[in-house]
Amino acid sequence: MRLTCPLCGARDRREFTYYGAEDYLNRPAPDAPPQAWDDYLHNRDNPAGVTRDLWYHDMGCSSWLLVTRNTVTHEILAVEAVADRKGGAA
Amino acid sequence: MTQENRINGGQIDRTKTLRFTFDGHPYTGHPGDTLASALLANGVRLMGRSFKYHRPRGPISAGSEEPNAIVELRTGARQEPNTRATVAELFDGLEANSQNRFPSLKFDLMGINDRLSPFFAAGFYYKTFMWPASFWEKIYEPIIRRAAGLGSLTREEDPDQYDKGFLHCDILIIGAGPAGLMAALTAGRAGARVILADEDFRMGGRLNAETLTIGNHSGADWAEDTVRTLAQMPNVRLMPRTTVLGAMDHGIYSAVERVSDHLPVPAPGKPRQILWRIYSRQAILAGGATERPIAFENNDRPGIMLAGALRTYANRYAVAVGDRVAVFTNNDDGLRTATDLQAKGIDIAAVIDTRQEGDLLPGIRHLKGAQVIDTAGKLGLKSITIRHANGRSETLSVNALGVSGGWNPNLNIASHHRGRPVWNDAIHAFTPPTDGPRNLTAAGAAAGALSTHAALSTGAAQANAALEALGLKTHTADIPKAEDAPLNLTPFWYVHEGKGRAWIDQQNDVTVKDVKLAKQENFTSVEHLKRYTTLGMATDQGKTSNVTGLAIMAELTGRTIPQTGTTIYRPPYTPVAMGALGGRSRGHDFKPTRLTPSHKWASEQGAIFVEVGMWLRAQWFPKPGETTWRQSVDREVLQTRASVGICDVTTLGKIDIQGRDAGAFLDRVYANTFSTLPVGKVRYGLMLREDGIVMDDGTTARLGENEWVTTTTTANAVPVFRHMEYVRQCLYPDMDVQLISTTEAWAQFSVAGPNARKLLQKVVDQDISDAAFPYMACANITVCGGLRARLFRISFSGELAYEIAVPTRYGDAMIRELMKAGEDFGAVAYGTESLGVMRVEKGHVAGNELNGQTTALNMGLGKMVSKKKDSIGMVLSQREGLTDEKGLRIVGVKPVDPSQPLTAGSHFLDKGAAATAANDGGWLTSVVYSPHLGCSIALGYLKNGSAGIGDRMRAVNLLAKTEVEVEIVSPHFFDPEGERLRG
Repeated sequence: MRLTCPLCGARDRREFTYYGAEDYLNRPAPDAPPQAWDDYLHNRDNPAGVTRDLWYHDMGCSSWLLVTRNTVTHEILAVEAVADRKGGAA
Repeated sequence: MTQENRINGGQIDRTKTLRFTFDGHPYTGHPGDTLASALLANGVRLMGRSFKYHRPRGPISAGSEEPNAIVELRTGARQEPNTRATVAELFDGLEANSQNRFPSLKFDLMGINDRLSPFFAAGFYYKTFMWPASFWEKIYEPIIRRAAGLGSLTREEDPDQYDKGFLHCDILIIGAGPAGLMAALTAGRAGARVILADEDFRMGGRLNAETLTIGNHSGADWAEDTVRTLAQMPNVRLMPRTTVLGAMDHGIYSAVERVSDHLPVPAPGKPRQILWRIYSRQAILAGGATERPIAFENNDRPGIMLAGALRTYANRYAVAVGDRVAVFTNNDDGLRTATDLQAKGIDIAAVIDTRQEGDLLPGIRHLKGAQVIDTAGKLGLKSITIRHANGRSETLSVNALGVSGGWNPNLNIASHHRGRPVWNDAIHAFTPPTDGPRNLTAAGAAAGALSTHAALSTGAAQANAALEALGLKTHTADIPKAEDAPLNLTPFWYVHEGKGRAWIDQQNDVTVKDVKLAKQENFTSVEHLKRYTTLGMATDQGKTSNVTGLAIMAELTGRTIPQTGTTIYRPPYTPVAMGALGGRSRGHDFKPTRLTPSHKWASEQGAIFVEVGMWLRAQWFPKPGETTWRQSVDREVLQTRASVGICDVTTLGKIDIQGRDAGAFLDRVYANTFSTLPVGKVRYGLMLREDGIVMDDGTTARLGENEWVTTTTTANAVPVFRHMEYVRQCLYPDMDVQLISTTEAWAQFSVAGPNARKLLQKVVDQDISDAAFPYMACANITVCGGLRARLFRISFSGELAYEIAVPTRYGDAMIRELMKAGEDFGAVAYGTESLGVMRVEKGHVAGNELNGQTTALNMGLGKMVSKKKDSIGMVLSQREGLTDEKGLRIVGVKPVDPSQPLTAGSHFLDKGAAATAANDGGWLTSVVYSPHLGCSIALGYLKNGSAGIGDRMRAVNLLAKTEVEVEIVSPHFFDPEGERLRG
């Protein structure tokens, strides 16, 4: 498996650490209801198809990456640096 | 013996003679031989015993699909079981042995299984060894495994090296037969970066085994010329002896190169094998096709082979497997065996052709509509019985029989991503799936294009398609003239006549009867058929048997073959040695070893080291006369507390944090507040996971307005950095803050004890008096007259203590300088054991307490979690269940009888309470011997612990079988007011 890091180019999977679903970008406010925190931390979709998740380029540039991929075909559809996204996350 | 079966021609080097042994008997062969071809040249047909019935077997193939001729190569530490004689390249001095026989290959006592075969049909084990259940593991399985084993392992360590490597190319071509060579020539001439890999030691594929011509050359000569041309192209890498094992994601292919398997021992500095990871942009599968047999009674005798293999042995290896040969075929390709062998002067007894139609071969007894119905010859073929079209039977005396049931494209790799092979009615075989791995195409026989012309033209065409996909210029190749004959196959899978066994999968001893039994018991789905009969589940993955077994099931159930299905293949294409998969990651090199900057110095002191993650840290420093580790550790602790001790703490993670928002960032990452910390001060921090559980702890120093340095525990250095980057990039991307891990950049030493300041003042250039450098101070300083350094007045030991950091390359010099400066004070070096003793005496938490299940409240640090600001884990640390005032609390533990040792992991029980989970009161996390208190002491988590101080309980460890009466005390055993560290 390979990911194309926006900074480093196409790199082997072993340079990266998988973290989890895109949901981890949407941290609730401190006063959000418990359900929001539960969703943020625990509740995940398990799609057969396109999914977006967070990877960390451990052995490279230390970028956190948002990877859009297909769990069925294993295609990597997009890799973006989270910090570069327009609008920010928080 | 004298190679009595050697004939003229072939691609062997007769100028050199190689000596080898098989089961102790000496034989000779030539460079270019495989073990199988050399044995056949010497008249040896019997090479193994079958897995289940111990039937005498010889090779049926001349390639990697071989199910029968499975042998042990070499002796001693290099002994290698379960290798295929048909691909083992002969070398001088090779020692080979047969396996799965006792006492000898010709007389095998376990041959009794064959006589008992009516009892051993498919499903036998499942049905028989049912009762009693407990017998399976202890009695039945070991006996069955012994009887039905393959080779044996040497118990010695493999003396050879195995490497792993990475390659990149535009086009990977798998297989160097006519299609692969033509593809490589086309792509190579177009300038693409090409890798051409072939499992054989001689490239050319079937061209080496056939007498067919290409242009004005023999096929073998054309192949040799083409390989020579390719070898001169700098953009083409030829990889013979390299098996592509599997298609991974995104154009990555794994391959194993047998660098030294053809040598007695690897050349100096060379590995035995290399596991390659090949990154390709396009790939072409040109792996050829594998011939399939026809099943008939007693079709497994040594001497009965695939028809194409007989040709390979004659044309490539100059070996006549027999001097009187018959051919049994359902297609025109089988006829080539008869004409080729006859041209070599071998007597062709008959061609038994299942087809009624078609021309007769001139000058050969060609029997149309006939079948082979039985054979004879216990240890090797002596005769065959045939049934003529008119019903008459006849026995022919022959010592070799070539069988051809058609050719199955080697599509394995194309189905590694679960693509379903497609049935092709023209050749009556499966061809590669249309939904195979991306950017992989097939050419030549692997794609079902079986003629030489078709191989050449599809090879060129697929190369051009790949070039086009890459945006490179295509190359119009001249396709040389070659045969383009059709296969003319009429499906014929098995001979219906006969009561005996007709073998399909010879490696796992699966017969037509077993398939019939599977059908009878309704295991008709292909997946059930496979598992019920073990068809195709041997080390050859059913390369010669899967399609035939499937076709017979289709016939029995009245379905078509596509309706019946196909099993798909998985990597590896052929078996791989575990050594190759492990590479250099074994023994000491299984993982990297990280050495601290003082390692060399510590080794000189005779330190005992301990693995801490990947680090080796000094555990204690024995002195002459000390006979137990406790003596060393007690001395180190007492002397540190009495005067001064020095410890390498470089392994703690260090993260430099800079930027205008660094303080605000730390407020988010840590449960407590950092933004209020003045410049020049250090503060202890507690980091939570978002679910409220403690993640890590450590100190953070503010060296400047926007310049901070955080320390993490040794184990969490990497995860904490990753977490901080997550918080920075994913949660607060607008903050002005940057992080860099500097763990490796600084050598850091703890200097602790009443004389720590006096010692350090000798090396530190600035004033570090208590007034100038009070408790929890930090600064960028210089040492030894100008070397930049960092100084922190922090204490893990409870003593007046500092941590001093210098650039890593000065670490060795620094420890020597510190020890020299400490001579006046009797300074000791101390290791991780003493570190542990002093932190437990002081009641500081560490890894045993931060075990991923505990909260700040559990640790008695609940007040550190600031609720005035948002921080990671703040919200969920306030959850019900994590805020129970009567929950687990950290406590100190002492034995009531000071002579009794405590055991870590012991559980707290009330006096008189039974040792059950319901009565569990918590557990002891860390136990040390305190030389100050003169007894074992421990930290532990006790339910409602704060209320329990002063209580007496039992510490019970059912595993260690210990039970000690203990007193619950404050976790601060030593200097609870902290007067010493402020001294």
